[in-house]
Amino acid sequence: MENKDKFRIPIGPQHPALKEPEGFSVALKGEKIMGVDIRLGYNHRGIEKACEERPYIQDVYLIERVCGICSHSHSTCFVQAVEEIAGLQLPKRASYIRTLIAELERVHSHLLWLGVAGHEIGFDTLLMYTWRDREIVMDILAMLTGNRVNYGVNVIGGVKRDITPSQIQDVLKGMDLLEERTKYYIDLAMREETIIKRLSGVGVLSHEEALSLGAVGPTARASGVARDTRRDDPYAAYAEVSFNVITDNHNDVYGRTVVRLKELMESYKIIRQLLKNIPDGPLSVKAPRNIPAGEAISRYEAPRGEDVHYVKSNGTEMPERVKVRAPTLANVQAVKQMLKDRYLADMPIVIAAIDPCFSCTDRMVTVQNFDTGNHETISWDTLRVYGINWHKDRGVDFSNVTK
Amino acid sequence: MINAIFNILIFPGFLFVSIFGLMAEFIDRKIYARLQNRVGPPWFQTIADFIKLLAKEELVPCQANAKIFRAAPVFALASSVTAFLYIPMWSFGSLCSFSADTIVVLYLLTLPTLAIFIGGWYSTSLYARIGTVRSLTQLFAYEVPLFMGILSAALLADTWSLSGIAMFYSKHPLYCCFNIIGFCVSVIALLGKLEKVPFDIPEAETEIVAGAFTEYSGKSLAFLRLTLDVEMVVCSALLAIVFMPFGLSLPSVIGFALFIVKILFIISLISLLRTIFARLRIDQMIDFCWKYIAPLALLQLLINLILKGILKH
Repeated sequence: MENKDKFRIPIGPQHPALKEPEGFSVALKGEKIMGVDIRLGYNHRGIEKACEERPYIQDVYLIERVCGICSHSHSTCFVQAVEEIAGLQLPKRASYIRTLIAELERVHSHLLWLGVAGHEIGFDTLLMYTWRDREIVMDILAMLTGNRVNYGVNVIGGVKRDITPSQIQDVLKGMDLLEERTKYYIDLAMREETIIKRLSGVGVLSHEEALSLGAVGPTARASGVARDTRRDDPYAAYAEVSFNVITDNHNDVYGRTVVRLKELMESYKIIRQLLKNIPDGPLSVKAPRNIPAGEAISRYEAPRGEDVHYVKSNGTEMPERVKVRAPTLANVQAVKQMLKDRYLADMPIVIAAIDPCFSCTDRMVTVQNFDTGNHETISWDTLRVYGINWHKDRGVDFSNVTK
Repeated sequence: MINAIFNILIFPGFLFVSIFGLMAEFIDRKIYARLQNRVGPPWFQTIADFIKLLAKEELVPCQANAKIFRAAPVFALASSVTAFLYIPMWSFGSLCSFSADTIVVLYLLTLPTLAIFIGGWYSTSLYARIGTVRSLTQLFAYEVPLFMGILSAALLADTWSLSGIAMFYSKHPLYCCFNIIGFCVSVIALLGKLEKVPFDIPEAETEIVAGAFTEYSGKSLAFLRLTLDVEMVVCSALLAIVFMPFGLSLPSVIGFALFIVKILFIISLISLLRTIFARLRIDQMIDFCWKYIAPLALLQLLINLILKGILKH
């Protein structure tokens, strides 16, 4: 306790509001938030390093497991970088199938988000409804790829699975159903009093702040930043479909909800165009086992925002360096700004509104004392001496044990 | 003597009201689940949960005041069960009825909130402290409209006793129609009292884990949850007797069945309401209660005062 009427409560790493381990230390004065400290790094898995120790073929599967929700985003982003280095020309049909899976993934991710948002504001009915409808797109994904998540459709130089005419009909049927449901949710978001009360004016991120803090994806678009990699730097088949970049000027959580809901409608539009115009042809080109030396940066509009992968190859079958910048890392900086002068009750929905994926974000660890904010580090030897002394104080002597 | 012990412990006292409470929770959860497109729990789920919790280890935080921490759930349960003894069920009389029992019932129904506040506060968890402060803040917002809603019905009947109210409205069933605003106000206030969505702010899971209940486990948690169930039944019974006193002169078995049906009707109303809203913030809840619910309750009071003046002449 810093003074009498201000105290700190931990939200996370274990907390019902968070689906993944993440530390938020909130300074409270009554119900009002005075400051927030964010601590990443509870779920660091070392995937980048692991990628550097495996051949590219295995890396595609490993990188897909960066995120459970946007798995296709990461694998596509990685594969695009490798293809650029190797100078492979993606077959048309493959690029259409990649785009199709990407949009289906966006649909399932946005529906999932809507349910989570409902849960965070105590509206469990919305959670149950959206997650029921999400099953439609999950079933479609399972039908097309064999898996509900981690689809495994990408290979370097193309895709692995074809899509049959009967599958196209099934997908179209599913899209009709989902479009009808999404219209209902848009209507709900526009009219339901308690939702509007809980969401509007909460977690405000102005246009300038969104730009200076480098927000991406729906978070930025809800602050009026018309930034969408699918349009700005088209990859796969996005150059051949027409769609709108949805922006909103609410600048708050409500705006982010509206943006995501309207993006769902755009996704249905894109999926219909893709299925209508899908060309015939081969599914992949043969990729060399050893990727020639070079480096590439690949950008991809994941459901949560722009995903960036950097790959450096050295002419062998394993990459020299892989770097992943997940969209949450770009957005998490904005959370602190959004929580300024808000209430504790807004905390879960403001964090949820950036659609955080903390495990994907945990790439880098900074050492910081949680309470004092010091950036001091401690060497291994100092830590060892400290440990020995700690046990000595309690009557156990480890000092004779060799290193 | 034996009769009194039977009444207090078995029927209509502790055992009956506990089992009824657990069943009411099941019905509430089942309706909630069906409205949300889920299957919902089997009928014995709440009883199984209760027994399971009784068998679990009970942990008391080392900084907590163990006596108060353990006593609070028992105190809360006892006061809500006691309140049930004053409510007439199938006839005009209740077990312990006297001339001002409406006030006593309302008072006894406030006690669980206070007991949970004290238990939560002394558990020293930060989440529990925020939750308890919220529940007290909320108490002032819903308690006033609830009291005004119920007491305005009593005002029209010109008596403070529940059996008197029931008797009056049975004689003049049409007068119940004047109390519709009071009924609506009371049901909404009940959502606050029972801490259901949209007023489940004191135990908002995604913000403060479980509010006052955060540190409770084992037997104490079982009794706390039972308290909430019993409170739900007693509050619904109170509303049923004040606002829907029909069929009290029927034979006791049919009258009793009707009484259960009335309670279940109010419980389903609560389940429906908690399905269709998102949780409000505490400031929005206070605003809502004082800006809309309290004036409506005042309006009801005014209507009944004027009505009473007309009726006298």
